[in-house]
Amino acid sequence: WGIFITGRGSHHKSNNGRVNMASVFDSCWFLWFLPVCYEQWWALFASISPYAWATTGIALAIGLSVLGAAWGIFITGSSLVGAAIKAPRIQSKNLISVIFCEAVAIYGVIIAIIMQTKLVYESSPSSSFAGYGLFAAGLVVGLSNLFCGICVGITGSACALSDAQNPTLFVKILIIEIFGSAFGLFGVIVGIIMVGKCSFE
Amino acid sequence: MAPGGMAAFNVDDGYLEAIVRGYRAGILSSTDYANLCQCENLEDLRMHLSSTDYGNLMQNEPAPIATATIAEYCTRKVVDEFRAIRTQAIKPLSMFLDYLTYPYMIDNLVLLITGTLHNRDISELVDKCHPLGLFDSMASLCIASTPEELYREILVDTPLAPYFQELVSLDDLTDLNIEIIRNTLYKAYLEDFHRFCGTLGGATREIMQQILEFEADRRAINITMNSIGTEITRDQRSTLFPSIGALAGEGHVRLARADEVASVRSAVDGYGLYRSLLQVVEDNPEKNLEDAFFEHEVKLCRLAFEQQFHYGVFYAFLRLKEQEIRNIVWIAECISQNQKLRISNYIPIF
Repeated sequence: WGIFITGRGSHHKSNNGRVNMASVFDSCWFLWFLPVCYEQWWALFASISPYAWATTGIALAIGLSVLGAAWGIFITGSSLVGAAIKAPRIQSKNLISVIFCEAVAIYGVIIAIIMQTKLVYESSPSSSFAGYGLFAAGLVVGLSNLFCGICVGITGSACALSDAQNPTLFVKILIIEIFGSAFGLFGVIVGIIMVGKCSFE
Repeated sequence: MAPGGMAAFNVDDGYLEAIVRGYRAGILSSTDYANLCQCENLEDLRMHLSSTDYGNLMQNEPAPIATATIAEYCTRKVVDEFRAIRTQAIKPLSMFLDYLTYPYMIDNLVLLITGTLHNRDISELVDKCHPLGLFDSMASLCIASTPEELYREILVDTPLAPYFQELVSLDDLTDLNIEIIRNTLYKAYLEDFHRFCGTLGGATREIMQQILEFEADRRAINITMNSIGTEITRDQRSTLFPSIGALAGEGHVRLARADEVASVRSAVDGYGLYRSLLQVVEDNPEKNLEDAFFEHEVKLCRLAFEQQFHYGVFYAFLRLKEQEIRNIVWIAECISQNQKLRISNYIPIF
């Protein structure tokens, strides 16, 4: 009935005499989303090597963490540089905000190193659990560090500007930043627990 | 992301916002004003000013310093600070800062046209122009005799050109017509700026539109008060009101019909803010309407500094510095004319 829908669909027999589905659906791409094709999609998904998942997870862990840290540092840094012109005393204390952002990138590096120790190549991998687990751990750490970095950056910028106006505000806003940097730690803890269960052997 | 967005504002404008906040920290505080009020003469005033952010600006001026000189130096400092920010800005902040200079351009233009009408020398008029509102073809303004010529020959290249569209019906440049020119240009500018802030979005739109709507209402009330008893007709008066603000619509219709101060008060009676401002003026014989409006403007500008990551701080900084210069000039005049009773009628900022 697929031929009926396409009208002019060409069908020719493949090697074993079975109909080649791909050529039937050539002319109408959206027919690939009919329920009859779902098995094909699942076969495609299941055939992705677990090592692809695992290495993507490692890339996400460090990539997104560094993105978050860099974002936070540029937000804080531009405000800090401008505010320190009129109030030079703020420059050394407010480097703490930059250090908090940097810590986020370091969390990503640590997790990536731990994850890569689990990558042991076997020619017929028995466990796709490890692949999915490492991917998810990478996503957990990467996303939590991304948002942590942005949060600490924005708060750090506010901290620099308030400190320039009124020195008593520095410690109070720093407390907000400390709460913000806890998000990265949450991600790292969960990531380490997940990675602990993954093993390719 | 819109200039009101937290996460990407600092890419282009974070440094300049931090610099403006540094300048804001240098605005005179109440203790500074208390010190200035205690001064016996202008030399003392100069000495006290040199211990504030103004520094040794006026050091090289010879001993009997005049109020006008003090005002000139303070203005020059503000202009330098504004230009330092403007040269480092990129779009859309550079467009926003350009919009901030257009009122000065309009004032300079009107000054030059009035001066030419009364046959003053153009070069001494150019010296009196506000430095933030200079434009290229200023010296050639004496040639024009009608607004249409003015536009066609001279102003077609300036940023004020789009604001001239409503002026083609005026025939010559008389004194009354010049005031109408000023108000029409300013009305077109306010509406354009309001629309521009709307396109910027985010916190910039919220804060700037609130300030500009107050500005539009204030102008409507001032135009009404000033045109009571003059030969401006009602229709002419209502074409001068900007079409933004709380008073737009019903309020403008009532204001256009007002012929005396009491009817102005009843026209704005339904609008809480303006009713309370006019009430304050009525209760307090020492205060006039201008002061009440300036106070409210200072309050709105102070609030603009409470939020981060928006362009309102640049506008607010310029307005607060203007108010500070007005305050310093008031105090200096009171000192030099020995009228110490009214010296504390300045408007405190922070």
